[in-house]
Amino acid sequence: MERGAKEKNQHLYKPYSNGIIAKEPVSLEQEIQEMRRGGAEPEFDMSDIFYFCRRGVESIVDDEVTKRFTAEELESWNLLTRSNYNFHHISTRLTALWGVGVLIRYGILLPLRVTLAFTGVGLLVVLTSVVGLFPNGRIKNYLSDKVHLMCYRICVRALTAIITYHDSENKPKNGGICVANHTSPIDVIILASDGCYAMVGQVHGGLMGVIQRAMVKACPHIWFERSEVKDRHLVAKRLSDHVADESKLPILIFPEGTCINNTSVMMFKKGSFEIGCKVYPVAIKYDPRFGDAFWNSSKFGMVNYLLHMMSSWAIVCSVWYLPPMSRMEGEDAVQFANRVKAAIARKGGLADLLWDGGLKRGKVKEVFKEEQQKLYSKVLVGSSEDRSRS
Amino acid sequence: MGSTSSTLLKIPNAEVLMQETGFSPAHIIRLHDRFKALDKEGRGYLCPQDFGAIKELAMNPIGDRIIGAFFSPGKETVDFSTFVKILAHFRPVDKDRPKEPNSPEPINSRSNKLKFAFQLYDQDKDGKISRDELLKVLRAMLGMQVTEEQLESIADRTIQEADLDRDEAISFEEFRKSLEKVNIDHKMSIRFLR
Repeated sequence: MERGAKEKNQHLYKPYSNGIIAKEPVSLEQEIQEMRRGGAEPEFDMSDIFYFCRRGVESIVDDEVTKRFTAEELESWNLLTRSNYNFHHISTRLTALWGVGVLIRYGILLPLRVTLAFTGVGLLVVLTSVVGLFPNGRIKNYLSDKVHLMCYRICVRALTAIITYHDSENKPKNGGICVANHTSPIDVIILASDGCYAMVGQVHGGLMGVIQRAMVKACPHIWFERSEVKDRHLVAKRLSDHVADESKLPILIFPEGTCINNTSVMMFKKGSFEIGCKVYPVAIKYDPRFGDAFWNSSKFGMVNYLLHMMSSWAIVCSVWYLPPMSRMEGEDAVQFANRVKAAIARKGGLADLLWDGGLKRGKVKEVFKEEQQKLYSKVLVGSSEDRSRS
Repeated sequence: MGSTSSTLLKIPNAEVLMQETGFSPAHIIRLHDRFKALDKEGRGYLCPQDFGAIKELAMNPIGDRIIGAFFSPGKETVDFSTFVKILAHFRPVDKDRPKEPNSPEPINSRSNKLKFAFQLYDQDKDGKISRDELLKVLRAMLGMQVTEEQLESIADRTIQEADLDRDEAISFEEFRKSLEKVNIDHKMSIRFLR
């Protein structure tokens, strides 16, 4: 199964069509030119409203943003109930097959994986604490790397994640920041099992807190208190301090800020791009046929999610290391962020959207409406100016 | 996929809806899923805020008017039947439907599509688009990008061209006449897949 999955990874992932309507990518200008084909010059016509009206109703039926926050639908079923909305009884044979699948997944695969997971996490905590006892120096760094890598690889096996790494010559180096698109918390494990990174995150309590404290003993990670997160300057300072120190590991950051369902890349927050060091982009693309890795945090809690992951067939994904990028002269942080985002989207075969992942929970900014108004007025008023001149 | 009939049974009045709107069973199921997705709190009806949560609609200059079109005057909620019937306006015109003399006009006829667009302009529903209402729509579509004078001149010119009985307003008939040559079916239709 592993070999078969690895071979399939060579092809580019087919973009799955989730839509229920066919949207024509016709721009505003084209529509208006078409409507005026009678030869008259463009000026306001009562029918101009049709364009906006139709676009509005199209978005009521099917919009680009909401469907990024629910798991992808598959065209053909992979025997996991959760990946098919319209699940209804088709035939006895298929249900029997599904039943056998359930037995295998929950009876055999799940217990094996849970045991591995506990082993992996347990080892991580114990060994990093042991390494922490060593004095700072080359031996400590070497041991810490080995320990981290080993434990993450056990965790990877615990999820039966089959990962294909491409272009490893571009792997992130010390003194840089690694940015990647975010689909699930597993992204961290996937990347960290191939290289050593400094993690960034909030300080948690409970089991996560124990893991965080243990990890920090072996090598420096950046954990923020909840109150510190709001202070952007403090965050930026700590990040740049870490990056300036060449002996420290590259920082791993997910600029989207939230989990997206792996069909697109949403707006990158500019914070990490303001620091002014080398950025190593990484694209992660999951193959949804074996198990959907997307974490819908509004629907499922963390434990539920991990259970889903461990009872899927496998997690198959591809990781592409892209060549490092730096901010160019005259480019501001937002433009730089968009450039990196486009590169990641292109490599991973994902749609490049300008929407903010924060829209999962928040409101649209007025500036987007103004863009539409600007476009329309350019077509109308711009052309009537031509007329008055001639 | 077989057994769509079992899911269809869960939808109230599905048969009646299909007859009135001309949607296929698969379309009705899809629209029902969409309705449920928009109805985040699972109340069985939609209110203006649920529509407002659609980002692309919030970005649309006439988004509020389109939302308003779903709510009959005085009503604050939209149930699934109304939702589907309004969306039915945007079905492409059935070219080979036999003309039965006594059957009511289909919801997606050219005339009904025009009526839908007309009500986007005519917010006070008095059957006429006044100069004021036209100005409001222009303001919505153009925002701050043009001056007040330019807006007024565009409005005046439009009324001059379309207003045939010289009452300073555009009635539905005048609206229809001015759009004679426009391919309404193409402009006001959404191609539903599957």
